[in-house]
Amino acid sequence: MSATSVVELQDVLLVTIQGELTDEDAMALQEELTTNVARSSARGVLIDVSGLDLVDSFLARTLHDIAGASALLAAETVVVGMRPEVAITLVELGLTLPGLGTALTVADGLDRLNGSARRR
Amino acid sequence: MTAGTGQTIRDRVAQFLKENRSDIERAWAATPVFTARRPADAAEECAELLTGLRHVIETGGEEDPSADGLATVRPVLASLAARSAGGPSGSDRPDVTVLKGPLLRLWREQDLPEDIVHSGDLVLSNVLNTLRIALLEIELSAGAETILAQRAQLTELSTPVIKLWDGILAIPLIGTLDSTRGQVATESLLEQIVAHQARVAILDITGVTAVDTLVAQHLLKTAVAARLMGAECIISGIRPQIAQTMVQLGIDLGEVATRATLADAFARALGIIGLTVRPDERAAG
Amino acid sequence: MTSILTVQQVRINEEIDIVHVRQAVREVAVSIGFSLVEQTKLVTAASELARNTRVHGHGGEARIELEKADDGTTTLRLVFSDKGPGIADVDLALTDGYSSAGGLGLGLSGARRLADEFDLRTAPGEGTTVSVGFRARKPARR
Repeated sequence: MSATSVVELQDVLLVTIQGELTDEDAMALQEELTTNVARSSARGVLIDVSGLDLVDSFLARTLHDIAGASALLAAETVVVGMRPEVAITLVELGLTLPGLGTALTVADGLDRLNGSARRR
Repeated sequence: MTAGTGQTIRDRVAQFLKENRSDIERAWAATPVFTARRPADAAEECAELLTGLRHVIETGGEEDPSADGLATVRPVLASLAARSAGGPSGSDRPDVTVLKGPLLRLWREQDLPEDIVHSGDLVLSNVLNTLRIALLEIELSAGAETILAQRAQLTELSTPVIKLWDGILAIPLIGTLDSTRGQVATESLLEQIVAHQARVAILDITGVTAVDTLVAQHLLKTAVAARLMGAECIISGIRPQIAQTMVQLGIDLGEVATRATLADAFARALGIIGLTVRPDERAAG
Repeated sequence: MTSILTVQQVRINEEIDIVHVRQAVREVAVSIGFSLVEQTKLVTAASELARNTRVHGHGGEARIELEKADDGTTTLRLVFSDKGPGIADVDLALTDGYSSAGGLGLGLSGARRLADEFDLRTAPGEGTTVSVGFRARKPARR
């Protein structure tokens, strides 16, 4: 039902989520990612959500928690490609996800991660 | 009056309308309602109107604006209403009450017992009043449709999204921002951000007449939604008096970047995408 | 006369049923011509409320209704009902950030913000029924 893939691009983990995600899928993803970040000592996590037609409060919390756990492991998280209708709905729902990095495209997201690496 | 005599009167009036068709049509065509029409069109409309009214009277529906007979004259009424739509609501609106005079005059010219004349007067007056209501209904609904169509047009016209540079969009908001227009503006801006892969979007409110709590909240929501998508939003064109009102209302735009003018916002936007503007030394020298 | 038509009913027991509710709601929303933004709001509200029904109400059902009013407007209404423990403090449950199950606490309050109409009926021990209505902006296509 959902297709989630995690690809390692040098020191960045690129996560692509597509289709319908159950709460269980979301929790499994969070666990897998955190383990992955710790194992690979990745510097950044890019989560491509352009394939999602819905982000509800559960999934939003999952994204927020992934970012929080990754930050503890010294990796920056950037959510990429959120659709306009999903963004409007999240804001109406009352979720602004402060502190979560965002980018329009995977390329922009990589730029952002590299930029913050340079600034370090 | 019993139902029986009521029907008798109606039949009598209907017969009168049938027998005096040509006289009535000629008298009607001379009234201000039809004088602006070409004679052939006027004659045709008068005939249709008369047939419809006769049908209404025969079926006893002269006090019901939704009667069957009136349905058949709706095209004529719509044509009358369309003529009034262009003009002001004053004197040149077609007023079907002027049709009553000639009709009652012709009715009374017949040599009839007084009680029949009075009852017939009543039937004819009623049917024309009902006709007037039916016409008003059509005019009102036509007006409402026009207003809706114009509002939709305005909504689209007043929210253009302009590309200022590769990766920089601006949306100048003008006039009053109601919730519908605000929503349309937000949606089109966010869609264009995706279409142009724009990293910066400038919401320019120079032309906005007033910013209340709702409008401010809307601007803020748009900016947050743009950020969730990965673009940055700058709000520009906050005039001094609007800035003061916003402070008085306790409106806080939070982390959203604001600039006094569109030019300042553009300069900031160029900075965000890593560009600077400097004088061309060759041109200067 | 206002007419109400029940289009679909979905049982909510397992977690996957939340996904089924979303799909059913999306299907109906598309069929009556809601815009993409409106569809997304509908489906998101449905997802929040279906989760509440499963987690707090220990399961129940979702009903998708279409209401046609005299003036030609159509309202899509989602009714979630369960026979769970009910909500003791409604005001508290509707407060942003209040969560009894470790979520973000935006299930009820968020769904209320997304919808045009919101109705909550509950009492301790008597289950909970939440309904949210979304008006179609244009008269529905026939």
